[in-house]
This record gives sequence, C-alpha cells and structure tokens, in this order.
Amino acid sequence: MTTLSAPAETRRPRAKWAGGTDLWKATPLTRIALIVTIVISAFPLYWMVVIASRTNREATDIPPPFLPGGNLGQNIQRVLTNEDAHYLAGLTNSVIIASTVTISVVLISTFAGFAFARLRFKGGRILLLLVLVTMMVPLQQMGMVPLYRMMVSLEWIGTLKAVILPYLLNGFGVFLMTQYTEQAVPNELVEAARVDGASTLRIWWNVILPAVRPGMAVLGINTFMLTWNDFLWPLIVLTPDNPTVQVAVNSLNAKYGTDYVLIFSGTALSVLPLIVVFVVFGRQIIGGLMEGAVKA
Amino acid sequence: MSLHVDSGPSTRAPVPPSRRHGRPGTGRTFLSWLDLKAAPYLLISPYYLLFLLFGIFPLGFTLWYSLYDYDLAGTVKWTGLGNYTALLADSAFWNAVVNTLGMFVIATVPQILLALLLANALNKRIRGRLFVRLGVLLPLVTSVVAVAVVFTQLYGRDWGLFNWILGSVGVDPIDWKAERLPSWLAISTMIDWRWTGYNAIIFLAAMQTIPKDLYEAAAIDGASRRRQFWQITIPMLRPTMIFVVLNSTIGGLTLFAEPTTFYGGNVHGGSNSQFQTVSMFIVEQGFREFDYGYAAGAAWLLFIMILIGSLINFLLIRRIGGKK
Repeated sequence: MTTLSAPAETRRPRAKWAGGTDLWKATPLTRIALIVTIVISAFPLYWMVVIASRTNREATDIPPPFLPGGNLGQNIQRVLTNEDAHYLAGLTNSVIIASTVTISVVLISTFAGFAFARLRFKGGRILLLLVLVTMMVPLQQMGMVPLYRMMVSLEWIGTLKAVILPYLLNGFGVFLMTQYTEQAVPNELVEAARVDGASTLRIWWNVILPAVRPGMAVLGINTFMLTWNDFLWPLIVLTPDNPTVQVAVNSLNAKYGTDYVLIFSGTALSVLPLIVVFVVFGRQIIGGLMEGAVKA
Repeated sequence: MSLHVDSGPSTRAPVPPSRRHGRPGTGRTFLSWLDLKAAPYLLISPYYLLFLLFGIFPLGFTLWYSLYDYDLAGTVKWTGLGNYTALLADSAFWNAVVNTLGMFVIATVPQILLALLLANALNKRIRGRLFVRLGVLLPLVTSVVAVAVVFTQLYGRDWGLFNWILGSVGVDPIDWKAERLPSWLAISTMIDWRWTGYNAIIFLAAMQTIPKDLYEAAAIDGASRRRQFWQITIPMLRPTMIFVVLNSTIGGLTLFAEPTTFYGGNVHGGSNSQFQTVSMFIVEQGFREFDYGYAAGAAWLLFIMILIGSLINFLLIRRIGGKK
C-alpha cells in the first residue's frame, strides 16, 4: 500500500488543523458503529447455533431463547440420518465438487495468466478482452436451458460431472492470475530464463509457479467458497437423492418447514467448513480482496 | 500487500541452465517453434475450450431455443419471435420484472450508502483491525441458502424474533411473506446482511489509495469532515463505485436463492408470486412447465435488462462528483 510508505516528513503538526483534531482518530461514534456492525454480522450465525441446539418447543417459545441449549448432538444426529435429505451424501459431494473445481480452476487460470501476462502471441489482447466481457454475462441464467438439455442428452443428469464441468469456466480466475503474474514476475526474469535455454513449460514450473503461489491461494479460497455455496445449478441438474449440501439443506427446508431445529442443524453443519476456512485463511482472504479491488 | 515479496527463496533462485536446450536453432526448429509460438496457445487452450463448450455454446443455443415453442407433450415447433411477444404481454413476466427491480432498488441503495459509511469507519485508526475486518466479512462466507433459512425463521409470523421485538413495542405482528412490500423488505435485508461488509471492504481498499495530503490540505482550508467525505472521498472512489454498482446490478437482477428459500424452496415466490424474481420465473417456466423456449426467451430479456441496468447505473455514477 502506497500510503504506508509515505515519508514521515509529509506529516504536519496536527494541532494546526481545523478543529484541532487528528483526522484518522476513531471517535466514540465510530467505535460504537463498528461494534454494532460486528454484532449484526455475527448474530444470525449465533442464532443458528442457538436454535440448532434447542428443541422445537423451545424454538417456538415466546420470548424466544437467547442462549444455546444442549440438544445440538442429538439434532445433528437427526439431520445425518434423515431419509429425505441425504445429508452425508450431500456433504461428500460438495467436498468432491468444490475441491475438483478449485484445483482445476487454479491450474487453468495460472496457465492462461502466464500466457497473457508474460508471453507475446497474436490475438492475445483480444482474447483477454473477451474474457473480461463475458465476465459481465450471467451465464447461470443465460445458459441454463441449453446446458440442462446438453446434460440430458449426455445422460449426465444426477451426476457430479454435470455440476463440475460448467463451473470450470471461470473468467475471474484468468483475470486475477494475469494481473498477479504481471505484478509478481518481472519480465526480465522470464527473459533471463529464456536465454538460459529453459522451455516455456520449465519457466512456468520454475519461475512462474513459485512466484504466483499467493495469488493461487487467494483464487483457490475464493473458488472453493463460491462453489460450496452455489445453489441454482446443482438444484437443477442433481436429484434430491444425490445432492450437494446446499440442495440437501433445501430439501430439509422444503419438506420440514416447521421443524426448525432440524433445518437449523443442517444449515449450521453446511456453514461450518467455510467458517473453518475463513478463520484459518482470514488474513489472506481480506488481503486478496483488497488487492483485487484496487486493481479492478 | 507484502504477500508476494517473501514468497520463498525459489523466486529469486536462477533457473538452472539446461544444456540440452542450450543450442538454439540447431536441428530443433520444430521443437523451438512449438515452444515459442504454440506454447501460449496451448496454455490458454483449456480455458477457451471450456469457454466454447460452456460459454459460447449455451449462449447461442439459448437464442435458438427462444425461437421455438415447446409443450408438455414434447412437440416442438418454430414460432419465430412468438415467445418474445408472448412474454411482453404476459403479466406474470412483468410481475417478476417489477419484483426484481423493486427488490434491487430497496436492497442496493441503502446497502451502498451503508457500505460507504462502514468503510469510512474502518479507515480510522482502530485497535484489532484484522478482527474487525474479519467480523465485517463474516456474512460473506455464509451460504445464501443458510442466510435465507435463518432470516426466514427470524421473519416468521408466529414465532419469529422480529415480530416478537415489534410486538414488545406495541406493533401488531406482520405476515412478512403474505404481502408484497414486507416480503421485499425481508428479502432485501438478507441481501444487505450478506453483501454490505464485502462492499465496505472493497471501498476501504480504494479509500486507502487516496493520498492523505488531499485531506490534510482540505483540513487546513477549514473543510469539515463531512465536507471532506463528500468532496474528496466520494469523487475519488468513483472507479470502485462503478465496479461495486455493476456487481450489485448483475447480482441483484439475477436474484434467486433468497426468495426461493424464503418460500420453502419453491420458485413460485409466494402465493401470488409477490416476490417471484425473473430468475425464478425462468426456472419455473423451464423446469416446472418444461416450456424451454419461453424460459430461454425470458433469459434473453433478463440479459437485456442487465445491460440496460448496468448502462444506467454506469452513467449515474459517472455523474457523481463529476462537477469537480
């Protein structure tokens, strides 16, 4: 960040400013606003745990309960053994789908990003522009009907590949890795490797890959989260007996409308893996997001 | 970001000189052609193969489908622009358009204002910066389905927390799903809960690139903080604002999961479709009524809506602070 490296001498005596206050000081109002924001952010997740750990009678009490109860294990047991939701299959499928998509998208994007950022070839600019333009198209809605018909004629309906393959198309990934490679790998480094006689693939492996690893991590986390959370496409091509975790939660929601503790336990369980990812990689997620925002 | 600065010693390690490739052009012309001219295309080919199969092909075929009439019995016949004229005269389609636009406006306007204020607060010197930012971003990790499940329960007519709070200040319970405006409000809060923090972080990143001298100069000239915010911060944020607004436009106009979950996983969007969006309409036509042509036509109209919406928003944002 450029602001951090600003030389100290640009600072002027603060007391002379209008109002005589430090511009970047947090006022009590700022602190209160931030605390309220965090409470609002966390509350629905907390509420999820409260209801998931209660009984249905308690969940519909007036006034409602505000502290977690002791039924979480029992409720989760009910979710996992529920015959309509196929929850365990959903969890497994989501793990398979999200991991496959993440690894493939990161690889495909790193390849393309290298080519666009550091290799010269005819049509490169136009092809990259094409990626950017199609990022604006809502493919899920626009392509839904033909893609569904395509999966029907391939007899892929209800299979994981019907979900995975369309997800592999990720323009954002190509864009991000192009940006990242441009910034992380100096052109001279590629040229030097070339002079030393390294092949393109070898340059990718020895020069590019080690340098763009942080960018790959950001893209990977991002892709995993988006794939895990997506709902519309799996809902259309998968059957309820072989769902993703989101579709399984939807089945619970659709069939057991008032069995709140069951639905909430399933929901809490579906969010848990991402919360873990978020806590472990939080710093990288925020860093990647802020870096990407400035470049976009 | 210092992430890439210390990405391990391997970055700086010179590539081991390979003797096998050390003789350029001697009897290796094909290999070196392959390596220099063809390699870039090979590297981008996986992406463009997918792009062809799952991007171009469905887009083109959506147009094709939209010119045919499908019915439940499976007969297909050419109808030209028939689907489009029927859609434009279909009150159910217009209802979905109105709902989508209504919820888009109700959700997006406060969301962007709140995100700006929040970013401004995050930009101050505060303790536990990372913790606060993580807290603000927490909703983004939560899946839309999960958000919708929790909020739907909170908005419950009989046992919902919100009605209980309203009741304790003497307001009669509201049947959030039954009426148009309450359902729009409920769904909008789900969207805003999930996306306000994300947009705030994006704005924050842009705010940190604004030179501090600008504020210091303004402060010396006696400009109040409020004035600095509107006269410096907002105009300097314009490019980011365009990004955020276009993102929200695409996301808002393709709204699907929140209203669907709000009505128990049903794409009808309430007893009178009072919160059915265009995306839900497309799914209902295509996958409940199996009228593929009608659904494909609606998808193209949605795309046109998004283009027009993006253009209007783009022009609006360009005017903000344009006087400067």
